[in-house]
Amino acid sequence: MGPARRSSPTAGAAGEEAAALARRRQGMLLASPGALYLLIFFVAPLGLISVYSFATRTSTGRTSLSGWNVESYRALGDDIIVGIIGRSAWLATLTTVLCVVVGYPFAYYIATRPRHVRAVLLVMVMIPFWTNALVRVFAIRFLLGSNGPASALSESLGFGTFRILFTPTAVTIGMVYSFLTFMVLPLYVALERMDWSLTEAARDLYASGAKAFWKVTLPLTRSGIVAGCVLVFVPSFGSYVVPDILGGAKTLLVGSYIARQFRDARNWPLGAALSVLLIVAMLVAVALNQRSGSGAEDGSRPRNRRRGPDQGEAETVTAVAS
Amino acid sequence: MTKARSATPRWQPRRSRLILVAAIIGVAGLLAAACGDDEETAEPAAAPETTQAPETTEAAAPAEEAPAEEATGAAACAAGETDGDLAFYNWAEYIDDELLAAFEAETGINVDYTTYESNEEMLTKVESGAAIFDLVVPSDYMVDTMRREGLLLELNYDAIPNAANIATEFNNPPFDPEHKYHVAYQWGTTGIGLTYEVLDLLGGESTWAVLFDPDTAALVPGSISMLDDAPETVSAALKYLGYSIEDVINNRNEDAVREAGDLLRATHDRLLKYDSVTFGDDLVNGEVDVAHGWSGGFALSIFEADAYETHVYTIPKEGGVRWVDTMAIPHNADNICSAHAMINFLTDAENGAQLTNWTYYGSPNAASTPYILDEILEDPGIYPPPEVDARLEFIPHAGDLALLIQDMHSQAKS
Repeated sequence: MGPARRSSPTAGAAGEEAAALARRRQGMLLASPGALYLLIFFVAPLGLISVYSFATRTSTGRTSLSGWNVESYRALGDDIIVGIIGRSAWLATLTTVLCVVVGYPFAYYIATRPRHVRAVLLVMVMIPFWTNALVRVFAIRFLLGSNGPASALSESLGFGTFRILFTPTAVTIGMVYSFLTFMVLPLYVALERMDWSLTEAARDLYASGAKAFWKVTLPLTRSGIVAGCVLVFVPSFGSYVVPDILGGAKTLLVGSYIARQFRDARNWPLGAALSVLLIVAMLVAVALNQRSGSGAEDGSRPRNRRRGPDQGEAETVTAVAS
Repeated sequence: MTKARSATPRWQPRRSRLILVAAIIGVAGLLAAACGDDEETAEPAAAPETTQAPETTEAAAPAEEAPAEEATGAAACAAGETDGDLAFYNWAEYIDDELLAAFEAETGINVDYTTYESNEEMLTKVESGAAIFDLVVPSDYMVDTMRREGLLLELNYDAIPNAANIATEFNNPPFDPEHKYHVAYQWGTTGIGLTYEVLDLLGGESTWAVLFDPDTAALVPGSISMLDDAPETVSAALKYLGYSIEDVINNRNEDAVREAGDLLRATHDRLLKYDSVTFGDDLVNGEVDVAHGWSGGFALSIFEADAYETHVYTIPKEGGVRWVDTMAIPHNADNICSAHAMINFLTDAENGAQLTNWTYYGSPNAASTPYILDEILEDPGIYPPPEVDARLEFIPHAGDLALLIQDMHSQAKS
């Protein structure tokens, strides 16, 4: 994966091999802290969760590591759980679609500003993320409350007070707000490094603005859309702080249900089995997206030849986002 | 930053994938940060320690009703003897700091005081051994769970002479029949907080019908909330349906629990929300007119908002839930004598009264009565009259039925 360095034909094959080996060693060395970290804090807990999913809950709620069985996986077919997964998937899909609808024009606007304006706008997008997520959700709760400013505004305009706090609508608003940045940033990156001369070419060939957008801009930014959708869908599917705070715990989603199994019901095997199911489903979804995404990239998509500081800026954006 | 990165623009295989990966790591980081705010998510991480005692699990599993055998015998401590700084793990907002200071002054040891928000949170920590505590405050059913799992030490009453102050009705509870593992700390009830306006509409008598009967609930001008707690919501429904909670749970009456579940489901759409934290404040703020909740939470909110003229906590005529929080010593405690000394200190007549005068929960301490504020003693929401008191029930340890009870609460939200 290193830079495609052109070797001079005179260089010996052995020397090149040694250099490749050294590069590989160096790469491993650089990757090892991260790999170790992930091994300890991601792979190991994940392994434990899968082990627990085959364990048994004793009548006092302890998890007994004997008598392995698949009861917990069988229980996942229960009407309650299927209903909860369905509702979570629907809400996550709705959130993702709304994020695309709201985020795309937003990212488009930013990406088409002069560079110094772009930097300011991007910082403004990211400022909320320097605030604690919980604080922001409570702020929305205040905003949407029956005594809050939104209700007061509606009343003064003659629409009467309204009540959307503790409804699925409030949950959706909160989730879109919470995850919008994850959509805007990848979209911005895709739009920003797009070769605008291609749209110009489309216009020169008598495509209308809309047609140029559908036929050129949208396909070129597809990888950004896919990345944004994955980034929004995955966390909103498992979200449980927002539904509990803004939904008044009335809309039971899969994240809350899993937390409940571990905490209140003390049914670790069931909570673990449901977690494993979700993780596997997510991995499959991401893998499928990756495949289709990279296929599009290698094939239809013309590579952007532009090089320079702009691309560095795009990279910085993702770095800051992380 | 921009400049620094732009120096190496050439290494960029498969940009979109790189961006995706970078962004996924970013999200993971943000999620990890978000999870940091929430202790619950830390539980699976504590899992390895639980595996340390698989023998216990196997031994306890077949003999469900029998207490685990390995709980050790009573410790040999003299009254007031201490053996090191006390790690005291208690519910949040559950003690007057001055009491802790007084104990430190009296004994010369330090109290390392930490708090929890739920019995299950405490249980997980004690069970995993992730932290060692000398004294914990489990509620009734949790005493039952913990003693069955061998997580509690037998108390040495010789070191707790003040235990004699505890009223006799607290000395033979169903959750610890031989009264070997706990000393009562505070007690309270679960009922309904409402506005006097609603109470008048109900004919001056509080009833669970205001939650569960559509016509009665329709009288409420504002909103209604219930606790987000499965055993509590199911118990309230059982009480409304005329069941005895103790009968249903002790006899593992699944049909009755399902009937309660159906009732909860039918009630769901009438509720503004489920809330176990801010129910008292929501009531006095006018967010809701009727709230299902715990006596002390309402007492505190009504006191702080000085809402005595407008709001009141009631125990419905059908009866409600009674609970007792207790002091108990975990099996792996380091400073057992210090823990006994603290139990003895808090069961002293005046100190026991100081607990109640601060928390506004009922005191199980019979000797404390003369020192408790009149406004507390005269509050029927804290000290109910005998006929109401007779209709209060504990929520017993439910064994496997606990899962059905949890499911009924989840199903109500579906």
